[in-house]
Amino acid sequence: MSVIKNSSSRIIDKKLSNNYCVIRLEAQEIASKAQPGQFVMIRTTSQTYPLLRRPFSIHDVNGNEIEIFFQKIGLGTNLLSQKKINDSVDVLGPLGKGFHLDAKRKEVAIIGGGKGIAPLYFLARRLLSLEISPQIFYGGKSTSDLCLKNKFEEKGIDIFCSTEDGSLGFKGLITEMFEHEFESSNPEQIYSCGPELMMKKIAQWAMKRKINAEFSLESVMGCGFGACWGCVRKIKKNGEYGLHKICEEGPVFYADEIVWQEN
Amino acid sequence: MADLSVDLGFLKLKNPILSASGTFGYGVEFSPFVDLSKLGGIIVKGLYFSAREGNPPPRLVETASGLLNSIGLQGIGVKRFSEEILPQLKKYQTAIIVNVCGESEEEYVSVVDFLKKEECISAYELNISCPNIKRDGQCPALHPDSTFSIVNLVKKNTSKPIITKLSPNVTDVAEIALSAQEAGSDAVSLVNTFLGMAIDVETKSPELANIFGGLSGPAIKPIALRMVYQVANAVNIPVIGIGGIMSGKDALEYLIAGAKAVEVGTANFIDPEITLKIVRELENYCQREEIHKIEEIIGTLKIGTLKLDNAG
Repeated sequence: MSVIKNSSSRIIDKKLSNNYCVIRLEAQEIASKAQPGQFVMIRTTSQTYPLLRRPFSIHDVNGNEIEIFFQKIGLGTNLLSQKKINDSVDVLGPLGKGFHLDAKRKEVAIIGGGKGIAPLYFLARRLLSLEISPQIFYGGKSTSDLCLKNKFEEKGIDIFCSTEDGSLGFKGLITEMFEHEFESSNPEQIYSCGPELMMKKIAQWAMKRKINAEFSLESVMGCGFGACWGCVRKIKKNGEYGLHKICEEGPVFYADEIVWQEN
Repeated sequence: MADLSVDLGFLKLKNPILSASGTFGYGVEFSPFVDLSKLGGIIVKGLYFSAREGNPPPRLVETASGLLNSIGLQGIGVKRFSEEILPQLKKYQTAIIVNVCGESEEEYVSVVDFLKKEECISAYELNISCPNIKRDGQCPALHPDSTFSIVNLVKKNTSKPIITKLSPNVTDVAEIALSAQEAGSDAVSLVNTFLGMAIDVETKSPELANIFGGLSGPAIKPIALRMVYQVANAVNIPVIGIGGIMSGKDALEYLIAGAKAVEVGTANFIDPEITLKIVRELENYCQREEIHKIEEIIGTLKIGTLKLDNAG
């Protein structure tokens, strides 16, 4: 394990859009090792509340810099979104096992829901560098949830958008749009991150068609590096069900490994 | 440079900083972050005889300056520990202390029996105080009789020193500590986590799947410190302080209250380098205060004219 603890990683840039935030950090060693699908643990305060670090997918890597993208949903994410440029944060990473990239699989579909798009931008850029042009399916409740649409388009990536209220793109769920697009053809590879129900539908669809599919799972984490055993969920490994650590064995798992939650 | 070593009688530690069981994995997880040889000792995650699945998720919820967990001692069991972990751990020049668990008294014995040939193990910490195993946090450490019985039985079945880890979820922790001492425990460590709960007001359901969990972190420090002080004043065996230690100052408070060593727990999750930072802070303190041996400050609390008996 080659985890780096960068206790004063400088914030180079910050962008806020409604409830979403992108933060660019100087973190040379983490940037040089990071793989798509891996994450970092960040302390959002030097005080004791909130006490624990927060996990964030690595959203992009550029030279010495990493980016994280998150939705303001609680105390930790709100504090982090209030940091200013040139403030420093304590970052631990890269952590976990990321997506498997296969240069031979050219037909790649990526499905992201809301804040779940976070790891998929780094993935898409890495795929482009392997001369794979993925198709992105990006869904949200409303236009404000699709704040990264332009960022993908600027890289010349094919992007399909859906909103539940119909304010942008297809009106409905991104899974419906995805299934419609692939009604009579199959991608060779699927990557996805987003709400549980969305990923569950995609996984079932992919398994029916025997398409390799990988999903990045979310969990509350105590440490992020396998020491606390707090982030486990039911996973099938080598034919056996057990409670496995999301942080260490994941966060990326194959479709047939994941036991989806009921609702 | 000050001498940070502390002598527990049965075991000499190079400094008073130990990792608390359950917060340091099996030790090796922290090798990227700290030179394990510089720790006073490593107390590994609780071991049952067999591998154990633990409690259903969600297992963690954060509270104000605290962490509620209901991991339920998920782990690899004693066989895999001795085959896969011990060969890695014994390379480090530090005390290895194995935290021993059991569903029954016999299981505690079977764990120490299995490990009896492992010379690299310096001592056992008997985990009779995990609140996440039985309903309503029941565990042997809640009663003097069951504490005595387990300690006595394990003591008869091992030649290694025993540290009994106590629960704070009792009316009189000193009474339980005395029971452990009477049964032959070589030391006591306290406290394990406080039984607690948290509720999601949207769903009106408990935040933890197991309803209750154990509270740790800075939130518990003042209460844990008070209990360590009470126990240190009651027993003759060494006391190891645990509860919310995040800094050298926190560790020093426990030492001044009478603890001979301390265990650092939840802080390891937040800063995996924290144990050695605390060691350095102790060094700095000794230098500043011109203390040659850290043992000089153990149990040096100055009460003044106010006696404990009428302090309330």
